[in-house]
Amino acid sequence: MTLESDAPAASYPRSPISVPMSRNPVATVASRVAEDVVRFDDVSMRYGRGPDVLTNLNFSLAPGSFHFVTGPSGAGKSSLLKLIYLAAQPSKGLVRLFGQDMAHAPPSAKPQLRRRIGVVFQDLVLLDHLSTFDNAALPLRIAGRNPADYRNDVAELLTWVGLGQRMHAMPATLAGGERQRLAIARAVVNRPDILLADEPTGNVDHDMAVRIFRLFVELNRLGTTVLIATHDQDLIARSGRPVLLLENGRIGARPAQGPLA
Amino acid sequence: MSEMFDVQRWRPAPFLPERETRDGSLIFVVAVLCFLACLTAMGVIAADRAAAGWTGQLTGEATVIVRPRGGETPDAAAARAAEALSGVTGVAEARALEPAKAYDLIRPWLGDVSDLEDLPVPRLVSVTLDRRRPASARQLSTALTSQNIDATVDDHSIWIKDIRRAGTLVRWLGIGVFLLIAAAASAVIAFATRAGLAARRDVVEVLHLAGAEDGFIARLFQVRFAQMAGYAGLLGAAAAAVVGAGLRIAGGGEGLTPALPLAWSDLLAAVPCPLLAALVAAVAAQLTAAGFIRDMP
Repeated sequence: MTLESDAPAASYPRSPISVPMSRNPVATVASRVAEDVVRFDDVSMRYGRGPDVLTNLNFSLAPGSFHFVTGPSGAGKSSLLKLIYLAAQPSKGLVRLFGQDMAHAPPSAKPQLRRRIGVVFQDLVLLDHLSTFDNAALPLRIAGRNPADYRNDVAELLTWVGLGQRMHAMPATLAGGERQRLAIARAVVNRPDILLADEPTGNVDHDMAVRIFRLFVELNRLGTTVLIATHDQDLIARSGRPVLLLENGRIGARPAQGPLA
Repeated sequence: MSEMFDVQRWRPAPFLPERETRDGSLIFVVAVLCFLACLTAMGVIAADRAAAGWTGQLTGEATVIVRPRGGETPDAAAARAAEALSGVTGVAEARALEPAKAYDLIRPWLGDVSDLEDLPVPRLVSVTLDRRRPASARQLSTALTSQNIDATVDDHSIWIKDIRRAGTLVRWLGIGVFLLIAAAASAVIAFATRAGLAARRDVVEVLHLAGAEDGFIARLFQVRFAQMAGYAGLLGAAAAAVVGAGLRIAGGGEGLTPALPLAWSDLLAAVPCPLLAALVAAVAAQLTAAGFIRDMP
């Protein structure tokens, strides 16, 4: 039994993601992108002149796939995500995103690529001078969307993640779990082509963790590729999704839950 | 949904914090530097005018020392010299000074001597030259010699050279000080921009990773610091204009002093200050932000 079927439909309201998606004339990600969303060929990474934190990684994520990446602390999970959301560069190897070789992508192309990636950072990185609503709406503003077109969707999403009463609140006044939910809302509000989440359920209770997971699943059903880095073995086990196991910066033996794409 | 939050009335907040605690001290520093730069600019203009005035006064005048010959009285010799000089082309007026004026000129050197009249004090002729085509010292001497008058012509050429040199020195000194202050203001603004960017690295990173264009992020800081520097420049320029006006009023018709004649029009030197400060800040912010963002992956 997986979390998708595990969650009683009556207990949790339906994710609002489907609403803006149905209005959006753009086709789903799966139909737009024929090639792998992410492809690593013999990729290594290090910080400065330090040792490799990732070594000779080879894997790919197909469009519309859903994976977990797990491993002990320091295994390189966050570094792996950084390479995908273009916050770091490999010291060796080839990283391809949406079919583009990142080593040869012009700098001017990167902002557009980043807009296709939703990220839930481990340390959340919310903007303290912006309200909850403004933080959640940030990717849409950067994408140049008209506020009148999205403000209701943002409000609906915030309500769905349990922040409906806190839209005006500043991040500093939010509790840890609320901040985490806000970070998740910001990551998914733009309906990204790929969602990367670094320990997204670390600070929330079980009910909210399930709810957030359902949001990710719903996004995935609509075509978003999802990659979640987590220590939560229970979540992984109940999800039935394939797992990328990292050990000392290398891909280790695969757990039994499912194959990699 | 929050009762206090009306989604329909929501307007996007600025990407950057509107005010930061450090802004006050930064505005103060930039305003002080702009104030000093404006005052220096006014001083340079006034000094330039003073130097031009001194030179103009000296080049427009000459003094002739007349020594009587034979049985001729000093007064008669001076009168004859004045008459001879009046006819020279390039002379507007030649006037023999009264003996009392000559005594007044030498009294500071000799002290309060009661019998000055007994001394063989030479008579002086004051010559006002035509400013457009002034007669040369040689022309004046020739005119006097032709009338058999023993006289020495002083066209102040020695003083003019010194005063011109002093005026040039004052002008370049002022420009140098002005440029130094302007450079200091620019450096402070650039430093503040870099510090502001470093302090808001989180904002830059979030915007960068959310897909904001580098130019868009740089422009946010550019506008922010240009506005702040423009405001500081306005404060500094206004303060300098008030001080300049005060000096002008206190100095009467001659401005601050005859040595530094400040005119009302000199206060206009403060007008471009806010714009220049904003421009410097915008360029510094653009360069700093661009370099800062370029270091990001």
